[in-house]
Amino acid sequence: MKTYTYTEKKDTRSGFGAGLAELGRTNPNVVALCADLIGSLKMDEFIKENPERFFQIGIAEANMMGIAAGLTIGGKIPFTGTFANFSTGRVYDQIRQSIAYSGKNVKICASHAGLTLGEDGATHQILEDIGLMKMLPGMVVINPCDYNQTKAATIAIADYDGPVYLRFGRPSVPIFTPADQKFEIGKAIKFTEGTDVTIVATGHLVWEALEASKALHEAGISAEVINIHTIKPLDDKAILDSVAKTGCIVTAEEHNHLGGLGESVARVLAQHRPTPQEFVATNDTFGESGTPAQLMDKYGLNSEAIQNAVKKVLKRK
Amino acid sequence: MPNIKELTDLTTQVRRDIIRMVHKVNSGHPGGSLGCAEFFVSLYQELMETKDGFDMDGIGEDLFFLSNGHISPVYYSVLARSGYFPVEELNTFRLINTRLQGHPTTHEGLPGIRIASGSLGQGMSVAIGAAQAKKLNNDDHLVYSLHGDGELQEGQNWEAIMYASAKKVDNLISTVDLNQQQIDGSTDDVLPMGSLRAKFEAFGWTVLDIEKGNDIEAVIKGMKEAKSLTGKGKPVCVLLHTVMGNGIDFMMHTHAWHGKAPNDEQLANGLAQNPETLGDY
Repeated sequence: MKTYTYTEKKDTRSGFGAGLAELGRTNPNVVALCADLIGSLKMDEFIKENPERFFQIGIAEANMMGIAAGLTIGGKIPFTGTFANFSTGRVYDQIRQSIAYSGKNVKICASHAGLTLGEDGATHQILEDIGLMKMLPGMVVINPCDYNQTKAATIAIADYDGPVYLRFGRPSVPIFTPADQKFEIGKAIKFTEGTDVTIVATGHLVWEALEASKALHEAGISAEVINIHTIKPLDDKAILDSVAKTGCIVTAEEHNHLGGLGESVARVLAQHRPTPQEFVATNDTFGESGTPAQLMDKYGLNSEAIQNAVKKVLKRK
Repeated sequence: MPNIKELTDLTTQVRRDIIRMVHKVNSGHPGGSLGCAEFFVSLYQELMETKDGFDMDGIGEDLFFLSNGHISPVYYSVLARSGYFPVEELNTFRLINTRLQGHPTTHEGLPGIRIASGSLGQGMSVAIGAAQAKKLNNDDHLVYSLHGDGELQEGQNWEAIMYASAKKVDNLISTVDLNQQQIDGSTDDVLPMGSLRAKFEAFGWTVLDIEKGNDIEAVIKGMKEAKSLTGKGKPVCVLLHTVMGNGIDFMMHTHAWHGKAPNDEQLANGLAQNPETLGDY
């Protein structure tokens, strides 16, 4: 079995910052907007190098989304930066009308998604954002898994013409994907080959899925781990090809089971190949204060939870 | 000098278009549309510098954004009669498969439209973004926007109003259609907003009143003055005093025709008050 290791941990938001800085150097149409969270979004380098292409909006996210839509008229490629909660729920109608329905080329870049925001608690820990954004017609939804993938995704979405929601996080997590990767929107990545169960994971749960697959291997269970970084458009084929072989699937995400990756996968399976599925996700709940590790443990979003879900789904084959 | 007779004739024809469009589908918003007929005619015929044809980016031309999208009938009529799309297409307003949706949209590819509007309070932010893109592009053309007065009750406007002056967006002229009416009654009954002049000035804008917002000469004169105030470090607000339902006596000075279509008899009455000038579509 192919195994993955890491030598360094970094936050995915820094991958966004590095990608944005590179875009600042290579694409003169890229502009950045922020609602008073420059440091949290790691936008400093872009701003330092391109002060004329940066717009500090202040604490006014609705205005930021509208201004971003307006900037596209004139050929700019705006990247907005704030927390995931304030990038989605707070400004849903602005995104819906001025960006999605209007077909504007805005990149909504959202940090501190999910429980791993930690101590700030439920007001800031959005677990509904993937659902909100994937329901908007034409919106691409991406949730990369580590620093390198987030950097690559940030760079890649500048070349895609249309609205994109890019979701990333705050905690330091293992870097296990290559620095020189080419990011393909909508293309799943198979990390391990397996025959007993498919594990489909997104964001911070991808590393946990790889950890789970190691433990499962030792227990004699062969797991195929697939990284779905693009939740919409979903790589249906990668999922269907894998379950054709394994016959069961576990989905894993730092999000509510309602509206998340798991539901998107379930729709594909229900239509094309009904398959036993278990969901590693939060269960229709808000988060709370705590360290990221404590929260992921309490809400069942880690390697152990994935292993348990695999054991459960295997019995349903 | 503008030919006032021609512009007045066009305005009369636009009023006919508005009530005919709304009557045909028994839906739409005639009141605010009629109140802004002179403004739209002035904007597209006299004030804006526009290129032939239409492209989304609009580099090298003035841009207009309608924030209160429900007054789409006047917008569509003036766009069509300014050459953006065939006048006959006004026949399709609000019908299935039309480019002339109930509220304006880019989604169906109608030339002249650069943003969807209808959910209120979003247009000023968009206009600011477009104005800032013009500055980045070293494009010295202007961005115009129109907002309902009741629409200013939406909080996003005040985020935008605060931002535009702070960031010296001085290539923007935002006009408020001050007809003092909204769906549930007069703005003073629903939610009094006090002095909009004082509010915009307190937020750092240059403010100009056009008292006779349904007098085409006054509108052109006022908007030209507004234009002369751009480029001086501040965004410009025009308070356009209009009469809702203007030009059709039974629709005037009331919120009753905000979103209501005339019946056959009322249509005939309204058309009789506005004899055909340039030809119906």
